[in-house]
Amino acid sequence: MLRLEGLRAGYGPVTVLQDVSLEVNAGEVVTIVGGNGAGKTTTLRAICGLLRPTGGRITVDGRDTAGLSPPAIVDLGITMVPEGRQLFPFMTVRENLMLGAYKPAARARIDERMEEVLALFPRVRERLSQMAGSLSGGEQQMVAIARGMMANPRLLMFDEPSLGLAPLIVKQVFEIVDRVVASGTTVLIVEQNIVHTLQIATRGYVLENGQVVMSDTGPALLKDPHVKRAYLGV
Amino acid sequence: MDILLQLIANGVLLGGVFALISIGLTLIFGIVRVVNFAHGELLMVGLYATWIMATQFGLHPYVAALPLAVAFFFLGALMQRAIIQPLMNADPHIQIFATVGVGTALANAALMIFSADLRSVDLPWARQATDLFGLASVSRGNLVAFAVSFVATGALIAFLNRTHLGRAIRAVAQNRYAAPLMGIDVNRIYAITFGIGAGCVGLAAAVLAPLYPAFPTVGSFFVLTAFVVVVLGGMGSLEGAVVGALIIGLVESLAGYYVAPDLKEVVYFVIFLGILIVRPAGLFGVRGNE
Repeated sequence: MLRLEGLRAGYGPVTVLQDVSLEVNAGEVVTIVGGNGAGKTTTLRAICGLLRPTGGRITVDGRDTAGLSPPAIVDLGITMVPEGRQLFPFMTVRENLMLGAYKPAARARIDERMEEVLALFPRVRERLSQMAGSLSGGEQQMVAIARGMMANPRLLMFDEPSLGLAPLIVKQVFEIVDRVVASGTTVLIVEQNIVHTLQIATRGYVLENGQVVMSDTGPALLKDPHVKRAYLGV
Repeated sequence: MDILLQLIANGVLLGGVFALISIGLTLIFGIVRVVNFAHGELLMVGLYATWIMATQFGLHPYVAALPLAVAFFFLGALMQRAIIQPLMNADPHIQIFATVGVGTALANAALMIFSADLRSVDLPWARQATDLFGLASVSRGNLVAFAVSFVATGALIAFLNRTHLGRAIRAVAQNRYAAPLMGIDVNRIYAITFGIGAGCVGLAAAVLAPLYPAFPTVGSFFVLTAFVVVVLGGMGSLEGAVVGALIIGLVESLAGYYVAPDLKEVVYFVIFLGILIVRPAGLFGVRGNE
């Protein structure tokens, strides 16, 4: 479904991604593992059109996405749950969810979709009429994920969903991620907390200094001595 | 008739006029985060346009209001696309120069085309006084302006809160980074918002034309007050603009009588400073949302 070939990208004169190639097939859960500054977030930003690649190719179903704006990428069925939640703080949770289904295709069946998503996230239902900015960090993350699901995406990308949350809340967020995966949505996830993501990932890529240095199934990477030493400290 | 009631009625109606001019300004600031210094000159263009339609084509100013608002929507959207959009990522002072430049160009173009003479739309009906429940006597035109201001603000608030496009407009104001991830075309939202702000000015111009003459610098006559109203109410808040406009209108009316006509601005600027010391974000402003 999604394929990156020799992707190069960066900010101004700074090149962050040297050579990133990866693919995500329908039904998979793919994770990108790497340290701070390895280029994980940059990769996601390039995929969703927030950042123009300086080289290489991104294709969705074989179609080059070069020059497409973020809204056009959403139209292709790719939605991102951004790092740091990025909710609309002075709007209710319900309004945030409705904005997730902004595109005409999603808007056409917004009510049914709202029910489907809320069935997946019962906690969010209790908060519907509250201001998004007044929620706790964990609840905000759930709303951000639910908002991403509202677009009924073919591929949902997570950028550090557990960042800045207490360990107990992190567990809940991962349960939510598991539920999204179980609902049949294809997932590309970037996460510092690699133990959980590698357990559920069909495949994982290890990104170092803007390059993919290793790729394998999730559980295999978890047993890999290099990954263990570099990212698990054992 | 009690003079105090009369002054209050005058003040509230004047506030209505200020509100009508200020809602477009606060909307553009709140969403696009650009202070439109050409706002007053847009009003000036609107007053001339109404005058031309009334004198050349015999169109009633109130009938001209709707087509003028629509024309100004497109004018505003065009102005955003052509002048503001290329400067969206530039420093704020560059944007200020650009809008001040548009304003100066419009005022001087008007001076060139229409000379400095006052051009009035002759509508005696609007200048006639009408009795307000035996409590005060006000001009009909002022009453119309107040009613239009009230309805326009209400409609705008309902549009922003209850429609899909309105929600998208607020989303862009609250989180510019996340909005495109929802599939919202942010630049399109900016153009639409600028258009709506300008459309409000077009509406205001048609309604105010029977009360105020058109002349090249008429914009600056209104726009300083509009800026005070917008900052007082909380930049970006429509409700705040209405309340701020009513306060300024009342203060102008009461201070003009009880203090001195020449000192009314002094009085409202003192009140303005007082409120900003207590609430720096304005009456309805939310810190971090300004």
